[in-house]
Amino acid sequence: MKKIVTGNKAVAEAVREAKPDVVAAYPITPQTEIVETLADYVSGGQLASQYIPVESEHSAMAACIGASLSGGRTFTATSSQGLLYMHEMTNWAAGARLPIVMANVNRSLAPGWNLWAEHTDAMQERDTGWLQVYVSTVQEAYDTILMAFRIAEHHDVLLPVMVNLDGFTLSHIMQPLDTVEPGDFIPLIHLPETVDPKNPRGYGTIAGPADYFRFRWDIERSMRESVNVIEETQAEFSQRFGRSYGLTEEYRCSDADVVVVALGTLGKEAEVAVDILRTEGIKAGSLRLRWFRPFPELGLAGKEVVVIDRDYSFGFGGILAHSIRSKNLVNVYSVIAGLGGQEVTYDDIAGFIRNRRIGEECWFGVNDHV
Amino acid sequence: MFEIRIHSRGGQGGVTAARLLAMAALHDGNYATACPFYGAERRGAPVVSFVRIDARPIKIYSQIRSPDMIIVLDESVMQAVDVLHGLKTGGKILINSPHKKDFTGFVTNSVDLTGIALRENLVVAGSPILNTPVIGALAKTGIVSAAAAKSAIRSMFTDERNIRAAEAAHDEVSA
Repeated sequence: MKKIVTGNKAVAEAVREAKPDVVAAYPITPQTEIVETLADYVSGGQLASQYIPVESEHSAMAACIGASLSGGRTFTATSSQGLLYMHEMTNWAAGARLPIVMANVNRSLAPGWNLWAEHTDAMQERDTGWLQVYVSTVQEAYDTILMAFRIAEHHDVLLPVMVNLDGFTLSHIMQPLDTVEPGDFIPLIHLPETVDPKNPRGYGTIAGPADYFRFRWDIERSMRESVNVIEETQAEFSQRFGRSYGLTEEYRCSDADVVVVALGTLGKEAEVAVDILRTEGIKAGSLRLRWFRPFPELGLAGKEVVVIDRDYSFGFGGILAHSIRSKNLVNVYSVIAGLGGQEVTYDDIAGFIRNRRIGEECWFGVNDHV
Repeated sequence: MFEIRIHSRGGQGGVTAARLLAMAALHDGNYATACPFYGAERRGAPVVSFVRIDARPIKIYSQIRSPDMIIVLDESVMQAVDVLHGLKTGGKILINSPHKKDFTGFVTNSVDLTGIALRENLVVAGSPILNTPVIGALAKTGIVSAAAAKSAIRSMFTDERNIRAAEAAHDEVSA
């Protein structure tokens, strides 16, 4: 039976199905509904997790690290400043190979105080060793959370996964949701190495230059291997539950001359822009990146590319645009749009494509040509 | 696609009305999205929420600029807000008022939702509940079916007074 729920509620429902042993979290807008709902599930007996209401996001991640080290399935959720406050611990979680799942509700960074959607918060975590996926509908948020636990805990991966959803634009919008009984789609967690709190030991955790280097390479090896695990997990999800997901979502790309690339809800709204342009005779397509880490092969050779970045690296450029340039040997028209929740419509996106200036960068609403 | 903008005051149930309407559309076999305006809502301040209904999955997240229909749950917001802004020519208006209203170029229905809520004693914390009667009124305008409106209300509320209020509002609308 389908229902109408917010993106936040869909995340919480998926987490309930995944039955984590420990949820440790600190509330922050626009994520709060996720942890409030999970706290309700725990207090109402619908979820048999240990819920740890910590005093900060740094502690939330530290608690997840401890619980994960002892072999438990763990979940947390955060946003914006909260994610930044976790940053020391997010590096630790990946380095210690702990399959923690986190929902990050993308929100801009202060100052000025702004609660709305932007991807720069998650982009600042891109080099930590976390897998990153960006979703675009309430249903996709639910389905991806379920898949994230299976991918993170797979022995060929054993890395944490961050599921990103746009603040307000997806976290607070209500759409139809079809829930599933995941059953053994998410197997019982079994980590190859755990610590036993009932049998305390001392561990020498110093890693000299040669060993440390090998640990780092091992993270990268698993990151590369995760592509296969993601594809296999998505294929099995499709087989069992009938909804298909890829590393990317392509829309009218195969015969397109120009492809617009974006993350999250902007990537979904871009499909409407593509339909408009097609009626004008412009052969446009849309490619929405779901997985940002590992960064997928995109096959954009021979096409003109317009990239929308809802993020920025000052003194450098749009982070997605530069990622695509460097991994695909294509030049792009880089549009910076939607920062701090700036309204970007399908008509605006159609304008970006229609008036593209390959090789240039445009800040929508500031120095745009549309 | 059919796009609706709901005007109310913070705390009057505009967001719940949007959710009920989306749920009713879902019961009719359509797709729907409902969302509050992503702002700093305050109790008592004029607020808007949005509903989109379509036979196909909805890919649009930006705000509704030219709605097909406007719902006004509290007519006092009209002193502060241009509720007709962007409404399509010939668009529908449903307004909570005991008085008959008319706006040139639009199709207007007035229904006394507040009076209906008070008669059914649908009052929470001193405020009449408008979100269940308004779904009944909308069913009469054909936006959703009457059966879907009832099942949507029953999926969220167990109190049958909500159904009676929806039926009363349905009967008051001239179609």
